[in-house]
Amino acid sequence: MTYARYIYVWAALLVLTAITVTTAELNIGRAGIIVVLAIAAVKSTLVLLWFMHLRSESRLLLKLLVPIAIATLAIFIGLTYTDILTR
Amino acid sequence: MELEARDHKVFSRVGMWLFLLSEILIFGGLFLVYAMYRAKHPADFHAASLELSRFDGTLNTAILLTSSLTAVLAIFSLQELNKPKHAALYLAATIGFGFAFLVVKAFEWAAKFQHGLYPRAAELGTRPHGEILYFGLYFTMTGLHALHVIIGMVVLSVMLVWVLGKKATQKNSAALENAGLYWHLVDIIWIFLFPLFYLIS
Repeated sequence: MTYARYIYVWAALLVLTAITVTTAELNIGRAGIIVVLAIAAVKSTLVLLWFMHLRSESRLLLKLLVPIAIATLAIFIGLTYTDILTR
Repeated sequence: MELEARDHKVFSRVGMWLFLLSEILIFGGLFLVYAMYRAKHPADFHAASLELSRFDGTLNTAILLTSSLTAVLAIFSLQELNKPKHAALYLAATIGFGFAFLVVKAFEWAAKFQHGLYPRAAELGTRPHGEILYFGLYFTMTGLHALHVIIGMVVLSVMLVWVLGKKATQKNSAALENAGLYWHLVDIIWIFLFPLFYLIS
């Protein structure tokens, strides 16, 4: 039974890959970019929670590390963009 | 004060996650460079991305996702089921998928070299500035990622030997767990590289 949950996650990852490639093939422009990046975020969340066992992680520190990394990157990228877009 | 085995396991996991955090920041910096140049040269990035084989990229995505499944099943087989032989088989499969990923990547790179689309190539020199930047980033980022795949395969091979030699067991599986975490991170980086280079155009 417990094997099954990993198989389900893997199947979900493959289905999401199929959806993302189909979206790209449709060439719907800017909305397509958002969909494709959102799907990448969902896929990596699945890997983090289930394959990397963050879902059952008991230590708060470890649960917070990834959000901290994402927040750091968001600040880097956000600040850089406010610079380039206002030049 | 004596450390208990449980504490030891937690510390090794914290150390591994801190290392993974630094890896995320390395690739994050490269993603930032990519995003900046893409904002500056949208048309060139579009034209250059059409040169990549979407089929190869999708195939490699499926291969790497499947290798993540076999990696997690190896850990599960050892930790929960105490079946080292199954764990060894799943590890061997994971290494095999890693190798398959590199083979597809090698064919892709070979095709780019044939078309003269590599850094400092005469043909690429005639292209617009944004396309030169695109292929520079393509080789840097997929190359650094492929290096991580190779390192991951070496680490998993050591784990395979340890499982077979009973150095990694149900009670002593922290190293295998950390090796799995590394492999999954390499998978996550590819999850982002794939849309950025192959899908967005």
